[in-house]
Amino acid sequence: MPFGLLKYALSKQYPGERHFPARKELRPSYDVVIVGAGGHGLAAAYYLAREWNITNVAVLDKGYLAGGNTARNTAIIRSNYLTPEGVRFYDESVRLYQDLANEFDYNLMYSERGHFTLAHTDAAMRTARWRAEVNKHMGVKSELVYPDEIARICPQLNMSRDVRYPILGALYHYPGAIARHDAVAWGYARGAHRRGVEIHTHTEVTGFEIDNGRVNAVRTNRGTIKCGKVLQAVAGMTSVVAGMAGFKLPIRTIPLQACVTEPVKPFLDPIIVSGSLHVYVSQSARGELVMGGSVDPYSLYNTRSTLDFKEELIMHMLELFPFIGRMRMLRQWAGMADMTPDFSPVMGETPVQNYYIDAGWGTWGFKATPVCGKRMAETVATGKVPDLIAPFALERFYRFAQVGEKGAASVGH
Amino acid sequence: MKIMNCPMNGPRNVSEFVWGGEVREMPDPAASDHEWAEYVFIENNTKGVVREWWMHAPTSYWFIAERNTETDEIVRTYPATELYNSRREFK
Repeated sequence: MPFGLLKYALSKQYPGERHFPARKELRPSYDVVIVGAGGHGLAAAYYLAREWNITNVAVLDKGYLAGGNTARNTAIIRSNYLTPEGVRFYDESVRLYQDLANEFDYNLMYSERGHFTLAHTDAAMRTARWRAEVNKHMGVKSELVYPDEIARICPQLNMSRDVRYPILGALYHYPGAIARHDAVAWGYARGAHRRGVEIHTHTEVTGFEIDNGRVNAVRTNRGTIKCGKVLQAVAGMTSVVAGMAGFKLPIRTIPLQACVTEPVKPFLDPIIVSGSLHVYVSQSARGELVMGGSVDPYSLYNTRSTLDFKEELIMHMLELFPFIGRMRMLRQWAGMADMTPDFSPVMGETPVQNYYIDAGWGTWGFKATPVCGKRMAETVATGKVPDLIAPFALERFYRFAQVGEKGAASVGH
Repeated sequence: MKIMNCPMNGPRNVSEFVWGGEVREMPDPAASDHEWAEYVFIENNTKGVVREWWMHAPTSYWFIAERNTETDEIVRTYPATELYNSRREFK
């Protein structure tokens, strides 16, 4: 070994840094137990500690850190939704994201790219115009653009009229971005841990002790722990965990598949989405094309991959970018998405006292990680649901007050 | 390709079928709004074997399938008349 290296190894100036400590024994009781150590659960833990000084918190996960949908999404961040409730909510998320790397002192590879939602039909043009106007009204930078403008900003796109679905226009969203999804979870985990939060991976919740409609303990495969409050943030397994607490949700678990190509040199700057073609694609910092399609046609608690998905996705991708026909696919995977009937999340109180839920994140969960963590922390800390997330309450379905979000990705509109 | 056995058309590619969700008992038309909201929006979202409505799209034929939502196995398919064999009147 070159001796020159030794001085780095021995110097106090370059200490070896361990992100997370080795797993400790569970304490007998916590003020707050968060079920699910994905981006959302970790963000809630971070803001509980940072903004509300609640640090006697345990984050439990049956698997490894952020190995669920946090690791399986396509890392797109945007706020160009349709409903005022949705736009206001996701806008706060984008603003939090923009400053997050500084706040963590941790590189999230946050990369602002601009985001096109292509329109191939008159109906899609109308929705794009509608979204642009709602966005502008809420102070979010989006506008309707036409083929000449699209061709100028993204010359890689096939603008030919001689295809099955020619591009008629697009909703262009300036702040659309991508980020390193794992780093978001790691940043929150590190920040939470440094403030005293305990993270217990490979700790499976097996039930809850509920007395007089109020939760007081969480049963796990490592013993029972008393708790003041519980926050459930387990995308995919939402209905199963809520079932342990004794209530049902307006959620179906449906797989969402995605894939990446082999890495190539940078050629695609903006993020391209088409609701009609059910595709979205961006080029990662590593050079891979990260692609996703629509959710699977039926419910499933499984992350298998299918040929049907690839065929449909690639057929449409080749219409948009004919020249990628010779690229090879590198990886394919799936996540289990919580689909709600109105394509909006379910956040806030549940029929069980002191038991809060963060669910229904379908295909829109990663981009909401900071705002959801922040606002769920506020909900848990104060016992009051902030106005920003109040429209997404579970009981909206009993009031017939759904938040119909046609700006959601990967779903038919 | 995943194959589903249609009770009328025999084994066909699963892409020809449309998923109709879990088979559930409809509430009485005079039931409360709360009960109707529960029926329309709230899901059992069962993990395991579940009884569902499916349709073979090219023939618009609705039938019932038992499917394992953990393993993606289709256990059994049969005509809806096996469950619903008499006319039901709503007053």
